[in-house]
Amino acid sequence: MAQTYRSMLIDPMVDNNPITLQVLGICSALAVTSSLKVALVMAIAVTLVTAFSSMFISVLRSQIPSSIRIIVQMIIIASLVIVVDQVLKAYAYEISKTLSVFVGLIITNCIVMGRAEAFAMKNPPFASFVDGVGNGLGYGLILMLVGFFRELFGSGSLFGVTILPTVNNGGWYVPNGLLLLPPSAFFVIGLLIWAFRTWKPEQVEEREYSIQAVEAH
Amino acid sequence: MEALISLAVKAIFVENMALAFFLGMCTFLAVSKKISTAIGLGISVTLVQAITVPANNLILTYLLAPGALAWAGFPEVDLTFLGLISYIGVIAAMVQILEMILDKYFPPLYNALGVFLPLITVNCAILGGSLFMVERDYDLAQSTVYGISSGFGWALAITAMAGVREKLKYSDIPDGLQGLGITFISAGLMALAFMSFSGVNL
Repeated sequence: MAQTYRSMLIDPMVDNNPITLQVLGICSALAVTSSLKVALVMAIAVTLVTAFSSMFISVLRSQIPSSIRIIVQMIIIASLVIVVDQVLKAYAYEISKTLSVFVGLIITNCIVMGRAEAFAMKNPPFASFVDGVGNGLGYGLILMLVGFFRELFGSGSLFGVTILPTVNNGGWYVPNGLLLLPPSAFFVIGLLIWAFRTWKPEQVEEREYSIQAVEAH
Repeated sequence: MEALISLAVKAIFVENMALAFFLGMCTFLAVSKKISTAIGLGISVTLVQAITVPANNLILTYLLAPGALAWAGFPEVDLTFLGLISYIGVIAAMVQILEMILDKYFPPLYNALGVFLPLITVNCAILGGSLFMVERDYDLAQSTVYGISSGFGWALAITAMAGVREKLKYSDIPDGLQGLGITFISAGLMALAFMSFSGVNL
């Protein structure tokens, strides 16, 4: 086997991160990062769905006719998401309300489909499971990082616990309200990508055009 | 009538699918390099959205909602937990049907849309539209208006984004921000601009 289980688990975190490099699963991710707790629940949900859908699809991979594979994958993923949705509604109703439609949108989260299509259709069940966990964690990592910055600087707390006492509550920190608004998620992820690529220069995309100095005559 | 118009304006500008709810982001970032392809994709999304949201509304009202099966003699059955799987099934089927109809009767449009049509099945904006319809309890008229206008809002956003990116590729950007990074930041700026609509009240 070319890849060890360890590298399957670790690679998607930084070297082949689903969000910063594969551009997958950005869709439902950004809206749920304004507080860390919600981001954590979302990350766990996506990791579980990715891992188990990859595993089940891999178990069935030689039985699925290729012409209807998308529909079969969809049904497997949708059933798992229904399970997650029902569990959240039963045991964490508040969070399920905050996540609103975004739990359902895990179905169309490109990470789940992407890993099913790119990895699980060609690999044995256990490897697919590990790959699913790894990619879910890579997604979760970015989600948690964004959630960390947005909650800490947007409302001065982490997991709802006050870290920087805000002015309104008699403290000194003036919260940056922009970070609680949707657009800030774009900025935070954009800057995160910048940081990742400065750290790992081989991830930098090639320019389509480059500016060259023209010698004066 | 006025309520429907204000719903439409709200869905296009204030609650823009792409820029306020981040739906359909994968395609939004991946297919926004050229204006012409962005317009093609925008049209297909609007079309599919206009059909699937009302269709899902009918399915919800007459098959899934608590007591909806009373006409078949099962007044106490509640099938709402099957919602997700039926919506995605309807979307996949609709996209397939639309593809066949366009192929048969409107070949030029079919060729122009090309690979984007099948991709729409996994576009979060489409499923998101249906889920918002369920969450907000829209009736049939409202969900038709909501489907069309939210699709149009998404099309507007991706076309504008493609316009920005066509110019952006000539600019001198730090290496690490090249490509994806700067695209995110420009999308953020666009979202900020769209937020200025939030005060609009009709």
